[in-house]
Amino acid sequence: MNAVRPLKLMIVDDSNIIRRRIERSQQIERLSVVGSAANGREAIDLFDRTDPDVVTMDLTMPEMDGIECVEHLVAKKPQVLILVVSALADKATAVEAIRKGANGFLCKPFTDRQLNDALAELLQDV
Amino acid sequence: MLTEAEIKTFIDGAIHYFAVSARQPVAVGSPYLITDGTPTVHEYTGVIAISGRRNGAVCFTAPRSMLMVLLMRMNETDTSETNMKDLIGEVANTISGNARRDFGKEFVISVPTVMETEGGKFRPPVTARPFIIPLNWRSHSAKLIVCLE
Repeated sequence: MNAVRPLKLMIVDDSNIIRRRIERSQQIERLSVVGSAANGREAIDLFDRTDPDVVTMDLTMPEMDGIECVEHLVAKKPQVLILVVSALADKATAVEAIRKGANGFLCKPFTDRQLNDALAELLQDV
Repeated sequence: MLTEAEIKTFIDGAIHYFAVSARQPVAVGSPYLITDGTPTVHEYTGVIAISGRRNGAVCFTAPRSMLMVLLMRMNETDTSETNMKDLIGEVANTISGNARRDFGKEFVISVPTVMETEGGKFRPPVTARPFIIPLNWRSHSAKLIVCLE
């Protein structure tokens, strides 16, 4: 039987409420939160220090937006799994995020179940 | 000027936000156009500037008492001033971002700006007249202000 590998989660969102909500609500046993960042620049710095396996990424943020941050993170670690969590509900934005290297898209507002389902789907082959 | 369908986009966004985040329905009053002067606002106002194909702003304004209960409904134990400001901005951001489902990618939204506006008035950033969408949730009243050219 394969052992389930523990994974590190980084949360990126300019809203403190959303960062805390994701940390509180995520119930995937193998995921442990290693830190959170409020914009793309902070996220890159935190990424370098903590080397997460999974990232939840907001898109509309000050300093550096989520799409640009996704590109940076994927360049640093191509196997990182990124779930975009954004209010931007148009298809073109979701397609662009995936094209830049994100692995999933969850639209705000979301329920706890939707968050956990999206994370579980992201991790199904890991 | 907003069309009826465009106003409905924002009404649907507000209904969806409360249904999902607060797990309680919001009652929407009849939208109306401000024809003279500027809209009055509650204690906190979250403002999203709109650019791209449209110009203007989408604002959510609410009293402290409503934000406090909304935070608690979201299982948030930190009901500090900072988190209330964060919440008012996040509501405005979420409703504006969701509107891109209908308006498309050229409906460009800014990061939220939060104003403390007790007893104040909101001066729209464009000359277009603002539409007010009244919202009632539990015993609290709030407004969505949509002002687009």
